[in-house]
Amino acid sequence: MSLISCDNLAFAYDGVTVLHGLNFKIEQGDYLCILGENGAGKSTLMKGLLGLKKPSAGNVTFGGDLRAREIGYLPQQTPVQKDFPASVREVVLSGCLSGMGMRPFFGKAEKERAARNMEALEITDLADRCYRDLSGGQQQRVLLARALCATKKVILLDEPVAGLDPLVTINMYKLIERINSEMGITVIMVSHDVQAATNYASHILHLGEDRQLFFGTCGDYRHSAAYHSFMDGGKAVHIWKKAQAKNPAPAAGAAPEKAISPAAEAAPAPEVKNESPEAAQKTEKEVRK
Amino acid sequence: MFHLILEMFTYPFMVRALCMGVLVALCSALLGVTLVLKRYSMIGDGLSHVGFGALAIATAMNAAPLAVAIPVVIAASFLLLRLSESSKIKGDAAIALISTGSLAVGVMVVSMTTGMNTDVYNYLFGSILSMSEGDVVLTGVVSAVILALFVFFYNRIFAVTFDETFARATGLNARLYNMVIAVLTALIIVVGMRMMGSLLISSLVVFPAVTSMRTCITFRSVMICSAIVSTVCLVTGLVISYLYAAPTGASIVLCNIAAFFLFTALQKLRERLQSSEKSL
Repeated sequence: MSLISCDNLAFAYDGVTVLHGLNFKIEQGDYLCILGENGAGKSTLMKGLLGLKKPSAGNVTFGGDLRAREIGYLPQQTPVQKDFPASVREVVLSGCLSGMGMRPFFGKAEKERAARNMEALEITDLADRCYRDLSGGQQQRVLLARALCATKKVILLDEPVAGLDPLVTINMYKLIERINSEMGITVIMVSHDVQAATNYASHILHLGEDRQLFFGTCGDYRHSAAYHSFMDGGKAVHIWKKAQAKNPAPAAGAAPEKAISPAAEAAPAPEVKNESPEAAQKTEKEVRK
Repeated sequence: MFHLILEMFTYPFMVRALCMGVLVALCSALLGVTLVLKRYSMIGDGLSHVGFGALAIATAMNAAPLAVAIPVVIAASFLLLRLSESSKIKGDAAIALISTGSLAVGVMVVSMTTGMNTDVYNYLFGSILSMSEGDVVLTGVVSAVILALFVFFYNRIFAVTFDETFARATGLNARLYNMVIAVLTALIIVVGMRMMGSLLISSLVVFPAVTSMRTCITFRSVMICSAIVSTVCLVTGLVISYLYAAPTGASIVLCNIAAFFLFTALQKLRERLQSSEKSL
């Protein structure tokens, strides 16, 4: 039996269906990437998997001995956390709460689990540092360790590399790959970075226009219509890069390829052609909005 | 001066004030850390104004003040929490509406019945003379409940404060803990209002938390530090108000302000030391 299976799943807000016809299965050890542009319903589906939003039709079934509430979750950072006085150890330990029932305090088992996960993510030496003083990449590692404490099987990552610089982004992806292959934890990642998704994931779920455009293995995805519609947007980047090579702008603050969202890639190519990188980034922001 | 302080504790009302004050300071400091971090500081302020309205109506009806104020303020705290969660009405505007609204109701009721007398003045600015034995017992019970709940739910309160979505996703009943926090805040505000006055009580909630966040880097140390700061400021304020016949509530708040600047200076100093160490 599959670890998680969704049958004809649909979600609605105030009676308006925002996502429907979702059919997919996640097996133990999979690395599923949920792709889609902003507004495609990625966050809604994620809330549905976490049990924070009730589906308007269909259902999510957990197989094996996985139960709802046993998914480790890496959320996007909230403004509250930016100046939160808490040590790394406290944050990681708080992930262990879910398995404790009504027991009020952490026992030896929880402390060991937290220590093990901090060790695995190489943040043991940060344990007594304050969360708000860490860099973006370190903070993500801390939250990832917390997510690992909350699960034995599955983690769900919501745009884990958002706001990280290119080098840190690559490290983060490698770390997630290691969690999947070495620790045997099923990974579900919500992203709009199609490049990374096809590089690392084993399965792809592509959402668009309030429904499921593609679900299958990563290999099949490369031959799918959904993938090629994304890659059309890629042409825009290609042209933009060519233009850049011809007239290099003085401020070379161009966003590296990985940081460019498909939404931006879909920006009309001719306009981008004659603009400086800053302007291109500006359009990116506008498109995102 | 020392014998003056000793003499101060020969008055039973001063001893009452000290016991009550320390308990209120301790509880409000603990709750304050969560409230400040959850961006709910203004809820405390709003609730104290609701408390004033409720006390004024209770006086007009000749009812026991706390018996009326406690349920009304708890109801208001639920309402404010609900409003701040809903995105349709902006939370801070809703708090301003409710707090000024109940202040206006209170003032209206007062002017139609007793007029601006000492009782009303005490509700607004607090008085240590207006507290009875019964108040002390009530404060004791409420603080014991708050402290017990706080210790028992400490780890869960941390989880819900730091990341509510994660807490909910991993099976914590975040709404329940929010409600517990709201009820406890309402209780401590009503109880502390007698001493601090409805206009000043929210400072006991906000100041110690903000002060200790200047220097402390772990959640636990912020909690402990803010409890200590709050208690020390309260006792100092009480002594100052006795020695110089100053209003109690205002003296305590001034001590809190002093502590805030002291901690800010300490933090600045530490930053400077660290940066000079780095440059060496």
